[in-house]
Amino acid sequence: MTSMKRRIFLKGSLATGAIGMAASAGLLTPRASLAAWSKDAFDAKDVNSALSGLFGSSELAGSDKIKIKAPDIAENGAVVPVSVTTDISGAESISILAEKNATPMTANFVLGTGTEGYVSTRIKMGKTSSVIAVVKAGGKLYSTGKEVKVTIGGCGG
Amino acid sequence: MASIKMRAKDSNGVTTIKALISHPMETGTRKDKKTGAKIPAHFIQEVVCEHKGNMVMTANWGPAISKNPYLSFRFSGGAAGDTVKLSWVDNKGGKDSSETTIK
Repeated sequence: MTSMKRRIFLKGSLATGAIGMAASAGLLTPRASLAAWSKDAFDAKDVNSALSGLFGSSELAGSDKIKIKAPDIAENGAVVPVSVTTDISGAESISILAEKNATPMTANFVLGTGTEGYVSTRIKMGKTSSVIAVVKAGGKLYSTGKEVKVTIGGCGG
Repeated sequence: MASIKMRAKDSNGVTTIKALISHPMETGTRKDKKTGAKIPAHFIQEVVCEHKGNMVMTANWGPAISKNPYLSFRFSGGAAGDTVKLSWVDNKGGKDSSETTIK
């Protein structure tokens, strides 16, 4: 009889042990989710899966309230200046994607409450493709694109 | 390690931040010309800008941001004399931060 009880006790402590392990494993992960750097999005090989990785959706609505300022022809694909401006109210984030890069997701800017819909940076482009700006506002995705020709090699095409 | 050059300028209540960070931003696909071995990826993943303890902007970057990244954006609510803090973290755990006052 005593041995039975001990068995039950052992089983019980094993079970709580497992739960404890799961809880501590759970405690370790929030850091990763808080950082919000989405490996899925940045490793994705095409635009749709990059968007799904970041926003959980790849449904884009075209918008004329987003303006991309980028050169028509970029002689050096390693440095392509890109500025994105948007008038969409309540814009939460601005993402920049280079469609034909090996991994299209280039940058995702999360805007604070007082931050205007404007970011400017310089990106790398492997070849001629369109640069896509995606703005998230009110849970929806709006986008616009601009073709940038990349001439690799010194002669400038 | 002062890797960040930053300027913050106020104009009618709107602060414009311009920042240059020195960083190699290796994509991980480039090869060393002499040995043919791949150069491991080394790029900034996250840039955070704070004003009075509030997040103004968080940028999540992939390796396709150019070497020695340039970044500019605007926010309202800042005033001349306020401090703005910019910090970055890369995929190898390297990090740096810098503070400047709005002019």
